[in-house]
Amino acid sequence: MFVLPRLIRRERASARMAVLAPIIAIAAAVTVNLILYLVMGKNPGAVFHAMLLEPFMSWASFSEVLLKTGPLLLIAQGLAIGFRAKVFNIGAEGQFILGAIFASAIPVWFPQATGGWIWPAMLILGAIGGALWAVIPAFWRVRLNANEILVTLMMSLIAAQVLNYLLLGPWKDPKGFNFPQSVMFQYDAMVPILIPGTRVNVSLLIALVSAILAWVFMQKSFRGYQFLVGGLAPRAAAYAGFSEARAIWLSLLIGGFAAGLAGAAEVAGPIGQLQRSISTGYGYAAIIVAYLGGLHPIGIVASSLLMAVLYIGGDNAMVSADLPVAAVRVFQGSLLVFYLAATTFVRYRLDIGHDAKGGTP
Amino acid sequence: MNGIEFILANMLAAATPFLLAALGELVVERSGVLNLGIEGIMALGAVIAFIIVYHGGSHAVAFLGAGFAGACLSLIFGVLALGFRANQVAVGLAIGILGQGLSALIGNSYEALTVTGLSKITLPGLSSIPVIGGLFTQDAIVWLSLVATLAVWGMFRFTRLGLVIRAVGENPKAAHAIGYPVIALRYGAILFGGAMAGLAGAYAATVYTPLWADGMIAGRGWIALALVVFGTWMTGRVFFGALLFGAVSLGGLAAQAQAVPLNSQLLSSLPYIVTIVVLGIISSNRRLLKINGVASLGEPYER
Repeated sequence: MFVLPRLIRRERASARMAVLAPIIAIAAAVTVNLILYLVMGKNPGAVFHAMLLEPFMSWASFSEVLLKTGPLLLIAQGLAIGFRAKVFNIGAEGQFILGAIFASAIPVWFPQATGGWIWPAMLILGAIGGALWAVIPAFWRVRLNANEILVTLMMSLIAAQVLNYLLLGPWKDPKGFNFPQSVMFQYDAMVPILIPGTRVNVSLLIALVSAILAWVFMQKSFRGYQFLVGGLAPRAAAYAGFSEARAIWLSLLIGGFAAGLAGAAEVAGPIGQLQRSISTGYGYAAIIVAYLGGLHPIGIVASSLLMAVLYIGGDNAMVSADLPVAAVRVFQGSLLVFYLAATTFVRYRLDIGHDAKGGTP
Repeated sequence: MNGIEFILANMLAAATPFLLAALGELVVERSGVLNLGIEGIMALGAVIAFIIVYHGGSHAVAFLGAGFAGACLSLIFGVLALGFRANQVAVGLAIGILGQGLSALIGNSYEALTVTGLSKITLPGLSSIPVIGGLFTQDAIVWLSLVATLAVWGMFRFTRLGLVIRAVGENPKAAHAIGYPVIALRYGAILFGGAMAGLAGAYAATVYTPLWADGMIAGRGWIALALVVFGTWMTGRVFFGALLFGAVSLGGLAAQAQAVPLNSQLLSSLPYIVTIVVLGIISSNRRLLKINGVASLGEPYER
């Protein structure tokens, strides 16, 4: 009789599979999406070249990849800390927008201001803005027992409307031909360039430092250990006296802080003004980045680089291979789907050809 | 037409996308599974139905196509959540992102196009009553969604199937020990939920606002998820929650029509703000959630 393969729990998690899972997921996603492009009548070879090779082929395009890596890395590090504690903040998009808005307040209200204090003040203000936007979901979860997934998502939808309101109303550039955008920021409101000749700025450095901080926090500190236990075995954590409320507050505030900082660095960096398209879905892409990196600070460095390649490569493919920009979102979604399937085999192995009672057929 | 009449006449139609999606998710969650991908599944259903109607297909074919597409996408969710025992929150998010991406890709060349909606059916006598007459002048899908509400309510209230689904959601190990096919039932619930979300999207894009635009579901899938919590997993309460949100999304429009100065961004945010407030009020009653909640919700089942 034909017997379906069964999943058998491994005695210990497979470290080899943990490393292999994202690689398998990438291979599967590339294969399936190239077939999709073929079905759409595009040349899969040209898309593959534009999307996955071209970003590495010149310093100019690779520096753009590094530029995109910054916000993705920063947001994903913040989210992963919460995800490991089973606090699902999926509203990084809104926290990013609030960070951008808070940071923009300085150059919008003081367009003539000069001095080296402006951009650091903007980053700090942005991070505070992002964290403030996460206060409501944290309070709702801790005090009112409300699901943080739904509240953070709703907060993101509201944030987009707040942005619209500012850009169509009080913060609209009076000389901007009625476009929904703020004034262009002054020179001192821009973060310094890190690599001369490119647009890569110090926010990449901040993101890398955040990765190290996240690593120290999660792997080396007792608080990080409490978070892990709280996520894996909430009951044991409660018996040990680890506060669930504190884990929820910290997870959401750290997530909001990091996303807000990323939003601030975006308006004070490559964009240089507040406008509608400040985020091209970074907040949602960062969820994929966090999972694909195995929720591990070092893994996330690699996965944020990959996601940045997809963004830049997607833009290339749109120009050179006539690929709709939505194809990148399909690629991102399918990547997470394949990763979640592959990561099952970290904890389980396949048992083929044995029936349920354990005997051979 | 004054504000009250306007809301009464359009409330059911505005509520229908919420209602259809929430009814589906109610059955899924009752079986112990949490599918967070509703928003993406609705978007896919919306674009499929829109394209069918745009190319001259009937609404019946469009709704069938959307329901089928929704079931297909939810099958991927089912395989990962049940077959691969993956984290249901993560899989739901992945399916949501995938569905929204697919809908944008498929609908790329249909952006901002429109189709003709469905005509309304008047009930002789009832539809001509002053003030509340509009309530009885609805399109066929609204009437069918009311039938679906009754059917889901009746299934949980009176049938063995409803009882078994609840048993599987409460305690899958015990349900398996008695001999119920836990996994098969959960697959069934997931496919039903996906099909209903597809229909909800189809209604949004071909009847309620007969147009296609990327992102047009605008959080309605997420509100449907919240509705299941508002309704504390009870069909009747989910129905009234959907009506409330139908009214909320119209209330702003009615106020604007009465020349009440309301900021349009505040208006768009109103359903989201109401969701957050109501979610806080209902959830803070921990006893209510504990009594009516589904014990094994979101837990992967292992024999």
